[in-house]
Amino acid sequence: MYIYLPIAELSVNIFLILGLGAGVGVLSGIFGVGGGFLMTPLLIFLGISPPVAVGTEANQILASSVSGVVAHWRRGNVDFKMGVVLLIGGLIGSTLGVWLFKELRDLGQIDLVIQLCYLVFLGIIGFLMLIESLRSIHRSRRADSTQRKLHQHNWLHGLPFKMRFRKSKLYISALLPLIIGIFVGILSAIMGVGGGFIMVPAMIYLLGMPTNVVVGTSLFQIIFVTANATFLQSSLNQTVDVVLAFVLLFGAVIGAQLGTFLGSKLKGEQLRGLLALIVLAVCIKIAHDLLVMPADLYSIGFTGGH
Amino acid sequence: MRRSPIFLTCCIFVLFGLLGSRGANADALVADLSEQLVKIDLGFTGKKVLLYGAFEGDGEVIVIVQGPREPVTIRRKGRIAGIWVNEAAVTFTNAISFYQVMASEELNEWLPLTIREQHQIGVEYLSFKSKEEIGPAQQADFQTALIRNKQALGHYGVLEGRVKVLGGKLFRTEVIFPANVPTGAYSMEAFLVRNGKVVSSQKTPLHISKSGIEAEIFNLAHDYPKIYGLLAILIAVAAGLAANAGVLRRR
Repeated sequence: MYIYLPIAELSVNIFLILGLGAGVGVLSGIFGVGGGFLMTPLLIFLGISPPVAVGTEANQILASSVSGVVAHWRRGNVDFKMGVVLLIGGLIGSTLGVWLFKELRDLGQIDLVIQLCYLVFLGIIGFLMLIESLRSIHRSRRADSTQRKLHQHNWLHGLPFKMRFRKSKLYISALLPLIIGIFVGILSAIMGVGGGFIMVPAMIYLLGMPTNVVVGTSLFQIIFVTANATFLQSSLNQTVDVVLAFVLLFGAVIGAQLGTFLGSKLKGEQLRGLLALIVLAVCIKIAHDLLVMPADLYSIGFTGGH
Repeated sequence: MRRSPIFLTCCIFVLFGLLGSRGANADALVADLSEQLVKIDLGFTGKKVLLYGAFEGDGEVIVIVQGPREPVTIRRKGRIAGIWVNEAAVTFTNAISFYQVMASEELNEWLPLTIREQHQIGVEYLSFKSKEEIGPAQQADFQTALIRNKQALGHYGVLEGRVKVLGGKLFRTEVIFPANVPTGAYSMEAFLVRNGKVVSSQKTPLHISKSGIEAEIFNLAHDYPKIYGLLAILIAVAAGLAANAGVLRRR
């Protein structure tokens, strides 16, 4: 059964899109990640133009974050004060990012920038995750448990505008989450991701937040950042395909259920190693596309104003 | 095809009647389409449109299908620091969005080059204006690249032998519009070529447009982008909450 996507202007097999949504949903259920960083490149591999893939993913992530945040909210795992500071940064960042997106699209370089961002971030994250999981598999074999401090103090904690975040048990400069918010906001607009895969490590390692509030708080701010990106991508670039987003979400909801179930059956370190390998595989595919001479050097590009 | 073969046969008889009554020197070729409007809806996977007609005397039939003209930018990649990057671009202001030629015979000696040039029969006879001031060599490179890319999309093509002639009097051909067909006003022109001359031709318009919910969504996105954005947010939030409620109920 085929479905014609009104904004992507493409006829696709609905089961392929549902399957893609379910597949990424399984992964996000297992690993507790949004999955945008896998979904967007996969949509591009399917032939959906990068700008539409990015705009539509912002919309889909908004939906899945809303669905995810409710559970965390109930358990009280959202630090709203921290979330608000992050999201102020996120709103500034995503506005800047969508504007940058439009400029790059007019220059004909948006596809390249999207690919380069993916290459760099998926490369770094995948590599770090792989090392981390290999190390912890090694460590669990030796059954060596050295207690680490909750977080280390460094120069970042000497910045002005200190603020108390009770839920996170932190007294740090508000500039720090603000800057992280801006940075992740820009990336989320350009890459079509929620940014959880950068936000979560940044919250743990840079801010020193306790892990139990990290995911809920990250989801909380992703809702507003992706809502902003959805609105701006729609009004500036007309690249949000609601039909595609809806079908993807439907698949993802089913997949996430299965993923959560599988996640409880499998071992943590091995799971993280597996995710790292998936991330690196996508990264290698993107690198291949950038480095190998294209079959046709000429391509039909976006023409402004229609 | 929505219309029945009986209906088509009737049409063809009517065409014959028209031809007969007009005498030998009037239009030697008449043609019509099985439909004048192609609607792109949610289940659209492409469409076949039948072009049929009748002609008098002998000769070969050529059909040219042309989509609306629109600006198209062609970019050329070059290698910078090992990475393939778009480095040059040319915009053609009047590129044809869809172009197909169908003929009853292989296009060879019977069709003089002057006619091919005059009626732009064959991709090598198309010519587009570029927005930028560029030399003829560059113009040719980018134009052939545009044609190559359009051929790969299934938007340009030359299909020799695809016009079927029946009994030396009737002809029919199926025009196939792929799922990614550009929308707009099309023209379908049929030519009768005899002794190296176009003796008769007829142009029929065809409209391809989005319809139903497809059209609603597309128009909303382009005419009221801010409202579309807000609606997209609302739908996503509602879908997220609904998904959550559904999941909780099952637990």
